[in-house]
Amino acid sequence: MSGDNRARLVALYGTMCRIRAFEETALAAHRAGEIPGPLHVSIGQEAVAAGVCLNLRTDDRITSNHRGHGHALAKGAGVAGMMEELFGRAGGHCRGKGGSMHIADFSVGMLGANGVVAGGIPIAVGAAQGLRMLGSSAIVCCFFGDGAINRGPFLEGLNWAALYRLPVLFVCEDNGVAAFTRAESVTAGPGVLARSEALGVPALSVDGNDAAAVDDAAARLVAEVRGGSGPRLLHAITYRLMGHTSTDPAAWRETGEVEAARSHEPLPRLRARLLAEGMPARALDAIEGDARAEMSQARGSALSAPWPDPATAWDDVQDNGAMTDDAWPFGAQETV
Amino acid sequence: MAQVTLVEACRLAALQEMRRDPRVWVLGEDVARGGLFGQYRGFLEEFGDQRVVSTPISESTIMGAGLGAALVGTRPIIEMRIFDFVMCAMDELVNQIAKIRYMFGGQARPAVVVRMPHGIWRNSAAQHSQTLESWFTHIPGVVVAVPATPADAAGLLVAAIRSDDPVLFFDPKNLFPVKGEVAETIAPIPFGQARRMREGSDLTIVTWSATVPAVEEAAGILAARGISADVLDLRTLWPWDEASVCASVARTRRLLVVHEAVTTGGFGAEVLARVVERLGPGAVRAAGRLGQPRVPVPFAPPLEDALKPDAPKVVAAAEALLKA
Repeated sequence: MSGDNRARLVALYGTMCRIRAFEETALAAHRAGEIPGPLHVSIGQEAVAAGVCLNLRTDDRITSNHRGHGHALAKGAGVAGMMEELFGRAGGHCRGKGGSMHIADFSVGMLGANGVVAGGIPIAVGAAQGLRMLGSSAIVCCFFGDGAINRGPFLEGLNWAALYRLPVLFVCEDNGVAAFTRAESVTAGPGVLARSEALGVPALSVDGNDAAAVDDAAARLVAEVRGGSGPRLLHAITYRLMGHTSTDPAAWRETGEVEAARSHEPLPRLRARLLAEGMPARALDAIEGDARAEMSQARGSALSAPWPDPATAWDDVQDNGAMTDDAWPFGAQETV
Repeated sequence: MAQVTLVEACRLAALQEMRRDPRVWVLGEDVARGGLFGQYRGFLEEFGDQRVVSTPISESTIMGAGLGAALVGTRPIIEMRIFDFVMCAMDELVNQIAKIRYMFGGQARPAVVVRMPHGIWRNSAAQHSQTLESWFTHIPGVVVAVPATPADAAGLLVAAIRSDDPVLFFDPKNLFPVKGEVAETIAPIPFGQARRMREGSDLTIVTWSATVPAVEEAAGILAARGISADVLDLRTLWPWDEASVCASVARTRRLLVVHEAVTTGGFGAEVLARVVERLGPGAVRAAGRLGQPRVPVPFAPPLEDALKPDAPKVVAAAEALLKA
């Protein structure tokens, strides 16, 4: 293999190790009571975020969903700000106002995770429309799950993007399950690929647990989108190894299902490929160790980071009429 | 100063702002054809189809795409065609637009204007005539503008387009043909400042949007009967001019709030509650609200008229308050 190719695979491996380490660290912190609120981790789905985002520029934008830590990390969001946000601390990307479900880092084009399934789709197509209006060559990548394809904004957004030939790459991260329900049991017809094609958005499926395959497919589609061919959709088939939330044991799964899925996990697959191509094990161990150390340190820092000042609860609501309910404006305003 | 209709005043305001700022654009159904009411007439010819975007009937995406475009630095005017259709875009409005600045810790400023022509409109029945502005005052993060005159609609629309806060602009669609003076250069009207329609001392009448002409007419009838009403048009409901209302009620000690919306849960309840909180119950001798009964808007003219707050109903309510 060429050096360039190997460098790409190593980059993918590094990003995936960081996502896995972030998620496992967050899960442990949540179980230890350090992280409040719901937590949706993407363990097992790392190759999709890593493979797609490797093909994006910093000024490209992404929208994400409730399971968005991996997308944010892969897009380059700062780890300290992410971990502090999960912990609800003042130094979080959203100053403790958003938490796990609403991580955003506009400085790297991460326009936000979203607590509403399919909520990012209309935002993504509008961002692409706005970027074109402003003369930018940046594109928008929109991550959503298999559950989102049964919501109206999926139909509206794909139709819209195709109609205006917008630079959007839709990524349907298909982990086969919508919250606690198997997607196939609530989805009629032949699925996302056919729906996408029917709306005029060329689409292709890829093994979403094969990081190199995701990278290749994303490279092709991103080039088409950036080249002005209009929107594309990537259907990445993957598997959610954990439950819907950190507290969901996903006990409804069949015996042996998760064990079987573990044999297709993206990280060991990529590791095996790198080893087979002559990459020393110790180098891969070092990448993994660095990722774990980075996230462990982020957890420690977040735990000791300051909470937001309660007074900041009133900040960033709106400028006009931002008065609090108990502030008495009488006399402070000019009367007519 | 030119005499123009309210819809033309809105057209001129948007035109002025799109000429002033190339980041401003409009999206919605049929806007390239001038919009349902002609409020964008001539825009396509002047600004082209990148800035005047006729869209599919996809309310969620009209709203959400407006937000996305605002997040990368443009300033969209999101046209909902008729207020009632915003119900198809409530996730994008309430969960996304209204929350995004706060939820992301101030990283984003969704500078959008959402135009929603609302209110009873020429026998258009229950799904094209609703007046639900009070819902939106309950949502932190948005400005709620409810103008009633050509000058106010134009000035508030200019302010809305220049605002970095999302502004929900309720065009009073039944008042679109009403004429009034509009300046050649339209200045922004600050949010939260009521307009005094008439000075008086016997009672305070507070109103906004579609019921402003009815209250104006009623105040004239009351004046002829020797009753002097201090009449305020709030113009915006969030922020709203508590100070001017309280100052007026402190003088008159009687308050009537008139709105086209259903009385129950209407913004009139908030106005009354605030006035009592601020001035104390002893300061208010009588208070009341006049709105629609809690009935969907019917189609047939006599049914619609039976429910719609009009000048005789305002006069009757005011006289009842004065007897209290």
